[in-house]
Amino acid sequence: MHDPNAHIVILGAGHAGGTAAALLRQYDHAGPITLVGEEPIAPYQRPPLSKAWLKGEADAESLALKPLAFYAEANIDFRPSLRGVSLDRAARTVTLSDGATLAYDILILATGARPIVLPLPGKDLAGVLFLRSAADAEALKAAVRPGVRLAVVGGGYIGLEAAASARGLGAEVVVIEREDRLLARVACEQLSSFFQAYHETKGVGFVLGASVTGFVGGDGRLTGVTLTDGRTLACDAALVGVGAAPNDEIARAAGLECARGIVVDLSARTADPAIYAIGDVTHRPLPLYDRMHRLESVPNALEQAKQAACDITGRPAPASETPWFWSDQYDLKLQIAGLPFDVDRLIVRGDPAAAKFAIFHLKGDQLQAVEAVNAPPEFMAGRQFIQNRKPISPEKLADPAISMKEVGA
Amino acid sequence: MAKITYIQHNGKEHVIDVKAGLSVMEGAVKNNVPGIDADCGGACACATCHVYVDKAWQEKVGAPSAMEESMLDFAENVEPNSRLSCQIKITDDLDGLIIHMPESQH
Repeated sequence: MHDPNAHIVILGAGHAGGTAAALLRQYDHAGPITLVGEEPIAPYQRPPLSKAWLKGEADAESLALKPLAFYAEANIDFRPSLRGVSLDRAARTVTLSDGATLAYDILILATGARPIVLPLPGKDLAGVLFLRSAADAEALKAAVRPGVRLAVVGGGYIGLEAAASARGLGAEVVVIEREDRLLARVACEQLSSFFQAYHETKGVGFVLGASVTGFVGGDGRLTGVTLTDGRTLACDAALVGVGAAPNDEIARAAGLECARGIVVDLSARTADPAIYAIGDVTHRPLPLYDRMHRLESVPNALEQAKQAACDITGRPAPASETPWFWSDQYDLKLQIAGLPFDVDRLIVRGDPAAAKFAIFHLKGDQLQAVEAVNAPPEFMAGRQFIQNRKPISPEKLADPAISMKEVGA
Repeated sequence: MAKITYIQHNGKEHVIDVKAGLSVMEGAVKNNVPGIDADCGGACACATCHVYVDKAWQEKVGAPSAMEESMLDFAENVEPNSRLSCQIKITDDLDGLIIHMPESQH
């Protein structure tokens, strides 16, 4: 039952928290809403930080989810530069980093994830950078200039997007990846080799199968990274993008069930009826794949913000969505739908040499995931096939002369 | 600056002054006009900012790019005047533009 006067506290003002606050007002929640954010600025979009924003094609105003004035107009008490440090579920209060205690009727945990810091010598040198927040992006942007040598530690999406943008700005870029291929955790081998070859044509260097053993410097400033193979790579800045860990500590400490993040159901509820969790911090059900998983993506943050806002305001649960992701590098638009669980067959459609193709991941005659490079029809149709669990003919799928509409007919 | 009228599927109108340089999508999202989701924030990656350009404005707004067109091809309830609103940049010439919204973006 929706209590229209409930005080809703949202901890975390990223894409998930900011969207939940706006949706609650859109869904006519009349009671007080307090939105607590660790950063000094109002909710904004992170994806452009490694792309358009880094290249100077987007400004702070265009990154903002809503203009700052929105929060006052919508009667949302936005409190920047604060985070929750503890949670008392019995008293229904959270204690904030300034010592203040905030009472809630409903709490939404939207605390996100943080970049993993490698516990290596020299990790605190100036010039060792991360990319999560707008402040991180400012530091990276200031460091990336023509001729600067940038070492990217970690060949995942963040690292590759930053590498592409940094090349565009004239920096020298070397990507160091521990695995023997890029995107090892998130993409298939064909896609890895395609991206590596494409980056190489743009002048990016790669060191694969080697880990960083430390950061070296002089006068507190980074001058190089040392590798497991004994080499030292000279560089002026290093961007470390080796994954993220969920900020689930206060939930764990308060006894909420956590796995790879805070465990929630398809309405973003935790086991405590007064507490929801949304976004990167959650370990959530994936009904299409019959398992639990932690997703780091904007579409996931938006979907769960909607699930929580609907549940809180007594609306019907929104339809469950196929997870999807995107990445822009150079003139490549990568769009991914689904997750490649339990796959027994891969089908490539189109021509990787022409930078226009898609890789379909099948389990029997069912599509589990599609990775599409400059191929929107394959992405859009693939997303629908995954969602509606329709059996697909692998032969038709492999033939680019048969349109995606016909494949699905 | 251009005055844009956004008309929700239920008929509710929102008249918003949008700065030149922003997109039709940004004009709606930043002013809390419901009906345009824009999940990808304007990267032409998701087709959740689908709108119908009022017929009187179709010519002035112009046609979608090939990339946008192939995204639209697979959106729901597409009409000849369908566009992805993240791909329509506001100029002073579009002062008075009328945009109609579909029932749902998902």
